[in-house]
Amino acid sequence: MATNVTQTGWMTVHGVRLEIVERGQGQPILWLHGEEGLDPGAPFLDMLAAHGSVLAPSHPGFGHSPDVASIDTVDDLSYLYLDVLAERNLRNVTVVGSSLGGWIAAEMAVKCHDRFSGLVLVAPLGIKVGDRETRDIPDIFALPPDEVARLQYRDPARAAVDHSALSDDQLTVIARNREATALYAWEPYFHNPKLRQWLHRITLPTLLLWGADDRFVTAAYYGDAFRTAIPGARFETVAGAGHFPHIEEPAAFVERVSGFMGERRG
Amino acid sequence: MSMRAWFFSENAYHLLPDSKEYDSIRVKLPNRYYDPKIGADLYHRFIDEWKIAEDLGLEIMVNEHHQTATNLNPSAAVVMGALARDTRKARLLILGNPIANRREPVRVAEEMAMVDVYSRGRLECGFVRGVPYEMSAGNHRPTRMMDRFWEAHDLIVKAWTSHDGPFNWEGKYFHHRQVNIWPRPYQEPHPPIWITALSPSSAREVGARGYIAACFLTGFEGTKVVFGSYRERRAELKLPEPALDRFAYAALVYVGETDEEGYAGARKLMWYLESNKVPPQFTSPPGYHPITSAVNAMKGTNPGIFKMFQKPELGALMQNGLVFAGNPDSVYKQIMRMYDHVGGFGHLLIMGQAGFLDHDETVKGMQMFVREVYPRLKALA
Repeated sequence: MATNVTQTGWMTVHGVRLEIVERGQGQPILWLHGEEGLDPGAPFLDMLAAHGSVLAPSHPGFGHSPDVASIDTVDDLSYLYLDVLAERNLRNVTVVGSSLGGWIAAEMAVKCHDRFSGLVLVAPLGIKVGDRETRDIPDIFALPPDEVARLQYRDPARAAVDHSALSDDQLTVIARNREATALYAWEPYFHNPKLRQWLHRITLPTLLLWGADDRFVTAAYYGDAFRTAIPGARFETVAGAGHFPHIEEPAAFVERVSGFMGERRG
Repeated sequence: MSMRAWFFSENAYHLLPDSKEYDSIRVKLPNRYYDPKIGADLYHRFIDEWKIAEDLGLEIMVNEHHQTATNLNPSAAVVMGALARDTRKARLLILGNPIANRREPVRVAEEMAMVDVYSRGRLECGFVRGVPYEMSAGNHRPTRMMDRFWEAHDLIVKAWTSHDGPFNWEGKYFHHRQVNIWPRPYQEPHPPIWITALSPSSAREVGARGYIAACFLTGFEGTKVVFGSYRERRAELKLPEPALDRFAYAALVYVGETDEEGYAGARKLMWYLESNKVPPQFTSPPGYHPITSAVNAMKGTNPGIFKMFQKPELGALMQNGLVFAGNPDSVYKQIMRMYDHVGGFGHLLIMGQAGFLDHDETVKGMQMFVREVYPRLKALA
């Protein structure tokens, strides 16, 4: 959860300033973070950077990335990151997104995946599965924080944060991440009602990765809906992890991603 | 400049189970706890009390809240429609319409024009942002709310003041291609506008437009900052200094014959604060409060006024100017202490009924205020 400013850099794309982490060499990997934001000190980032050149932005409003008045939907974010790939002239990119970031990645891939070599969706959100009275995704804005942690983490103690041990800057990042999540995901709640019907356009190699103990959006229900909507998508689970496998089981998570990338090279 | 007093009741439904049995009085308290037969009696009682307020010479104030037992007026326009018919002379203040949470500002413009005509021009129209608990009730995003608020406001005012057929509105938040409301407002160019301002930034916006700024339970320092920001902004813009009738302050008020009787009434009014059991996910939806106050909340360093709401105690509430209570002399002095501290205000919004304060007690508090305190406030130079 802690953010060390010195580990991050900046890029500007069409006037939008983004705080970024850049690490590693080789095949490009775009990491799109979820509601928890981008923690430059998270172990999985270094582990992932052993397998390629990782570019990980903080979405506008998250981390230290400024708010942008004209950007307030996941649709906007998907175009923004397509612009980022073009701006850097990146090709054969493995785009990896978790939760909210998975939703962004799916929206990008539906629009244009010319610059992608593969897509990894880690417990992505973004689609409506059940009928109008089915709450597909628990309402994090209406549940007590400890219940949200219980749903999202196999071990909820992993989510516990000692606020008294954090700097004002770190607390500000936590508050900004929550606010930006509300900006992008409040309504329709964590989904685009139209996305599911267009997921068939994702015709590139796709790995759906799900924490086996994800109680927030389960593999059997939400994961299965994504699997059936993306033709040929492979579905794998990560044992011992909840909704954020990159946090709870970073080694197993990176192993799956690098294995998937290896198949592309081979 | 004499002060005007407004009688205000939230029309609470107070017959609730022990608060240990529920974790929130707002948003999710099941409405099986509400008995519509008792509710009907309460509606009629509260309307009667507003009519008594008018008979006594007070003005009338109504507000609205949603999905809460603390306030059974989810539509201020509906109850004010009834009062517009049932009253003859009182000014009728709705404070306010939560326009950042309303899907159709044009509908608000219509409702307010209707009440204004119905009452033959007695409407005072307030706009509020809406309390944090109502983000869930309205399903409205708590971020960038003030942008939505001001766009809704601009659209409503344009709808009120356009008289030559439809105009087009394709804004960031609202789309109407043929806006042409019937009826139009009775008052020209439109009913007076009030806006609740609880922060310096919103006070500046209200001041720039010259509307009436209302503070609710903001105490000595909070109110002084808000009214000061209003005045400062006008000075910056080289606009005329605001008259005192541009400022309103709302407090819990109970006047007894003795201090003891006044305090006893005030303790019953404190039901609003005591019963307002709401968990943090509803009091602080992300984006509603500024980032700095979210940070302060994590650090536990928010100003003391927040703690006062968490553990209400009459002495502290009186000391901080959230409650004016006691015998007539005491209440007058308390009001004037606030008045002098904040640079004066022209409207006192009296939260004069709550919880278990029964009809006779409510009326007695009003009568004592009108007979013993109000003349002195009206005589202010």
